[in-house]
Order: sequence, then structure tokens, then C-alpha cells
Amino acid sequence: MKEGNFITTTLESLIGWARKYSIFQYPFVTACCGMEYMATAASHFDIDRFGAGLTRFTPRQADVLFVVGTISHKLAPVLRKVYEQMTEPKWVVAFGTCTITGGLYDNYAAVQGIDAIIPVDIYIPGCPPRPETVLDALMKLQEKIQREKQKWSLRK
Amino acid sequence: MVLEEVEKEFSLRRAESIDGIPTFYCHRELVLPLMERLKRDFEVLLDITAVDYLGRKEKRFELVYHLLSLSEKMRLRIKVELGEGEKIPTLSFLWKNANWLEREVYDMFGIEFQGHPDLRRILLYPEFKGHPLRKDYPLKKSQPRIKLLRPERE
Repeated sequence: MKEGNFITTTLESLIGWARKYSIFQYPFVTACCGMEYMATAASHFDIDRFGAGLTRFTPRQADVLFVVGTISHKLAPVLRKVYEQMTEPKWVVAFGTCTITGGLYDNYAAVQGIDAIIPVDIYIPGCPPRPETVLDALMKLQEKIQREKQKWSLRK
Repeated sequence: MVLEEVEKEFSLRRAESIDGIPTFYCHRELVLPLMERLKRDFEVLLDITAVDYLGRKEKRFELVYHLLSLSEKMRLRIKVELGEGEKIPTLSFLWKNANWLEREVYDMFGIEFQGHPDLRRILLYPEFKGHPLRKDYPLKKSQPRIKLLRPERE
């Protein structure tokens, strides 16, 4: 860019752009999917390339909740509390078949899809999903964050 | 050999076994003296579990003990037939791990262990009603602890 040139954008898209490249994630890992999540986070696949490298282990500092693994009814109140403790703006990723539908655990113990407990933005299918699928979902989430309409009004 | 001696002393009934592990049926009243005797040779209590034979004429449950002897290099399986509501003495003072194993059996089948120091649910939550490994518990009957955003199944 030469001196004196400028670019124009909307504040809305600027905020979206800033947010999508600073994803602080909270991994809520309960089962075998965690292995695949770790593989994605480690150097070979490297989620840091997407600005999602800083994992937070407290929901208060996180803005994307990764629910990785089977959620039982015993654990459901914990997951909801973690979600409620996250500050806005926040997004939720359902990682793996068990979190999406309960998977092969079609019984009394497992929650049949975490969207019965908390709202979900992105679903990653697979048992477990391959790291490529996770990266694809991460990019889709970034698109979603970019497109998000901001609430400007001070009144509710 | 320990087995022949014990078999006679406690009038054990030999049961069918497809995996080569000697298996015996023991009467409910004789479980405690039998286990006290077996503890001398079988150092390890591998597992306690149960089976629900719902619809069987006589006793509904079968309690299964798995023992391992390191000194004799052998395993042993003891089965006990239990009717609905019948209690069984705890083994938690013989083998420490029986404490949790018995809590699991209690949680899943509702079989009560007399003299257990802390008999409460171990896997499920306290407000859960019923015992899910009983054959008359509906497989897909969940008991949510919080209000769900949508019904789980159609």
C-alpha cells in the first residue's frame, strides 16, 4: 500500500475479523475424542495457524467451548454451568458423534446430543473425527464469527 | 489342592464353565465362611458382578465372584443365587476392593450387602430412581438432572 492510500471496511466486519483470529478455546474433554483433539492441537496439524492456539482452562477466559466426548446425564449440570460461566461472545463446538447424538450410547446414561443442554454452533461428525475435519470445522466457525451481526443498540 | 477340600466342606455344586475357570454354585448362607476360607489362598478379588435372569422360576439374580490366587496360579468363580430382596453379607473387610465392587452391584442391580460400611450409588447420581442393569428397567429411560432444551427422543 502506497502512502496516502486507505482501505474502508465496516466496524462490524472489523470486529468479526478480530474475533475469528483470536479464538480462545476451552476443551471440555471427556472421552476418546480427546486424542484426536490433542492431535489437532499439536504441532503436526497446529491449530495455532488459525489463531486458536491459546487453550484456556477456565471458561471465564474462553470464547469457544469444545465439547469433546460423551456427555452423561450425571455430567450434564456441570457442562451447563461451564457454558453459563463463559462470557459473551461465545460459541460451542460439538466434537464427535457422541456429543451430536449420543452416538452408540443409545441408553439411559448418555445425553442424546448436547444441544439438549446448551446451544451448539458447529457440529463435527466422526467417531472420532480426523484432525482435518476438525480444522475444516474451525474454519467454518471462523466464517460464522465473521458473518455475525453485532448488537449495537444499548436498549435491550 | 484347595479346591477339592473346599468343595466338600461347603457342599459346592460344580457349574458349567466354557472358559476353563473352575466355577461353583454356593448357597447364600455359606458365602461368608467360604470366602473367609478362600481368602487364605486367593489373594486377589478380581471382580464382583451380577446377572439378572428375569422370568426365571426360582431365584432371579446370580451374583458372581471372580478370584485369583497368585500362589496357586489359578482363578476361581463362585456364583450365588439370590431372590428379589434377598441380602448378602459384605466382603469388604476381607478384600478392600470389595467395597467399591459391591457399591457398583448395588447401584446397577439393587442387591443389598449386609454390613457394608458405605452402601450408596457409585456410578449414578443419588437422585436416580431404579437400577438400570435390571432387565425390567427400560433401556432408554433417562433421568435428566436439569431441564432439557428439547426432548431427547421423539
